[in-house]
Amino acid sequence: MAKITMREAISQALMEEMDRDPAVFIMGEEVGVWGGTYAVTKGFYDKYGPDRVKDTPIAENAIVGGAIGAAMAGKRPIAELMTINFAFSAMDYVVNQAPKLHYMFGGQFKVPLVIRAVGGGGRQLGATHSQTPDAVFAHFPGLKVVSPGTPEDAKGLLKTAIRSDDPILFIEHATMYQVRGEVPEGEYLIPIGKSKVQRAGKDLTIVTYCKGLELSMKAADELAKDGIDAEIVDLRTLRPLDMEPVLESFKKTNRAIVVEEGWKSYGVGSEVVSRIYEEAFDYVDAPIVRVAQKEVPLPYNRTLEQAALPQVPDIVAAAKEVLR
Amino acid sequence: MAETINMPKLGFDMAEGTLVRWVKQVGENINKGDVLAEIETDKATIEVESPAGGVILQLIVNQGDIVPVNAAIAVVGQAGEKVDAALPSKVESQKSVDEKPAVQTQGKSDSVSSTVPSSQTISSLQSPEIKASPLAKKIARDNNINLAQLQGTGPGGRVVRKDVEAALSGSTQSQVPSRPFTNYQLPISVEDMTVPLTKLRQAIARRMAESKTTVPHFYVSHEYKMDAVMAMRKQVNAYLPDDQKLSVNDFIVKAVSLALREFPNLNATFAGDKLLRHGAVNVGVAVAVTGGLLTVVNKNTDQLPLRQISADVKQKVARARDGKVKPDDIEGSTFSISNLGMYDVENFIAIINPPEAAILAVGSAKEVPVVENGEIKVGWRMKATVSVDHRVSDGAEAAQFMQSLAKYLETPALMLV
Repeated sequence: MAKITMREAISQALMEEMDRDPAVFIMGEEVGVWGGTYAVTKGFYDKYGPDRVKDTPIAENAIVGGAIGAAMAGKRPIAELMTINFAFSAMDYVVNQAPKLHYMFGGQFKVPLVIRAVGGGGRQLGATHSQTPDAVFAHFPGLKVVSPGTPEDAKGLLKTAIRSDDPILFIEHATMYQVRGEVPEGEYLIPIGKSKVQRAGKDLTIVTYCKGLELSMKAADELAKDGIDAEIVDLRTLRPLDMEPVLESFKKTNRAIVVEEGWKSYGVGSEVVSRIYEEAFDYVDAPIVRVAQKEVPLPYNRTLEQAALPQVPDIVAAAKEVLR
Repeated sequence: MAETINMPKLGFDMAEGTLVRWVKQVGENINKGDVLAEIETDKATIEVESPAGGVILQLIVNQGDIVPVNAAIAVVGQAGEKVDAALPSKVESQKSVDEKPAVQTQGKSDSVSSTVPSSQTISSLQSPEIKASPLAKKIARDNNINLAQLQGTGPGGRVVRKDVEAALSGSTQSQVPSRPFTNYQLPISVEDMTVPLTKLRQAIARRMAESKTTVPHFYVSHEYKMDAVMAMRKQVNAYLPDDQKLSVNDFIVKAVSLALREFPNLNATFAGDKLLRHGAVNVGVAVAVTGGLLTVVNKNTDQLPLRQISADVKQKVARARDGKVKPDDIEGSTFSISNLGMYDVENFIAIINPPEAAILAVGSAKEVPVVENGEIKVGWRMKATVSVDHRVSDGAEAAQFMQSLAKYLETPALMLV
């Protein structure tokens, strides 16, 4: 298997699907001539031309709204949001139109839309451009929310998303485009709505996704030095949430932590922990601990920003806390 | 600003309460509404909720102290805050203790252990809630292990999976079955023994003596035809889940409530030169509890449907038996029913529960030979006796009340309209 970056994996997925299906097209800010803010669509404009790689004005509601219209008319648009924070400018289209049109019109329309959005902090972009509001979007029935943590998953999940007839928010992490990982040769798809055990272990379950996976893997290596064998379950999709592998793991380890980059209150961890308590209460041997971002607007100052984001030592400490 | 918490007045005639147990300790955080302490009143042990949130700065009284109503018991404020110097550091509770030199509260069983052979059983029954993880509890339950016998190794002494598994694998932990028979003793040791009265027993002693010596009782008995009630109950219960089935007593509560509407003198309180007829019909039901009895009160029973009465009574009886009654459960009855029907009782006579004017004592409903139209048949019969305060009412009125009750019990459809 080839070891490629997250950027290459996403780029490959887009290109393979555009080659396969002429209805697929991309629209967003700087996606064309400039090649994408994170260089994901570099070369696409020259290859597919301005009709299939559309540069748009700086107007997110126009990007998502236009993409919804194209999807209803039979195209398969991929709307790119430079950061997920800009999705708030298009909030009505993202959570109120795209997820509900199929339902509101009694199935007369499909909305095969993928919104690619870049989330996460750690690049000193300030409080309004560094957020991880994944849970906000995962709250709405009708909108699938996917957020991969490895290049392999990113490619396989994005290809499936583009082929899906449902609106999907595909969240990529701003600091993970250089992350390398093995990706299978040739064509493959990964189903949306399936969690995956990324590291097998027996002492403790770490439930996480996206950037949290990278941090948890490092934490698991640290824990292994102390003889603690952590199992890591990667959610990969926040809605629909697949709890099966989480519960299966928890029933074995009886102890868990949940790692996410977003804020703790009302977050992904809150949902996962509630579901464990509801569905595996008799297997709980210690309170489940959430590792998440400090409850502040993310600071610009690098030291403060890193202090507010969850870090490997936080995960190690939480793991030891629940194993006490 | 630190806030002082006082001994609450949990009933209209409560003058003092025993602080049985502090649930929170100095330095612990407490939210408004959290249980702060358990207090034993004349009638029950009641959990007292904190009216303020913050940190416990001071506990003014000790466990076991008898404290007058409205005396300060604790101070809650912000961490590090100074406690107001004006507050007494210890309330003077000795005076009330002196009045009852022989009294020991239930919580202090240690001091009488030499005379009570089964004190071990008593203290284990009263052990505080065991801290264990849900998983540990499940394994213990599945394997019939008594968690109280295990030493928890989790944070704060929590019993966790490995503690139970250690016990299961037969290591040093002793496995005691959850219902120990080891304390069973043949009743051959017959030394005299002084058993201290609980607050509840004291209250019963005081109130019953007061009632029987100051209230002139008279009694009227009646035998009720219960065939219709038994038939209706069977019919209705066939459609109700097990935990919602109606009892004979539920029908009696409803019938009594409707009859009381017609006889307001029996739903009243004697008050010297006047009579207080109560506007609401609130029927109390006597419940046998550990160490005595309580009367749980069901409000406006003349207006509630049978199922609601049944559900209310069930809930309150359960709380009474668990020692967790709320003040509202036991306050405000205007008439009481004492039903010993489940003990195969022919008939008995009850003592009026002051300040009420009457009480109905109910025996068992039984199938007996009865004469109807000159023929001997099998029929359901139940005897009941009403005790009435003669200052309030007379025999004829009481007899008519019993007839009215017969109307409802013999034609129970009247209870539905």
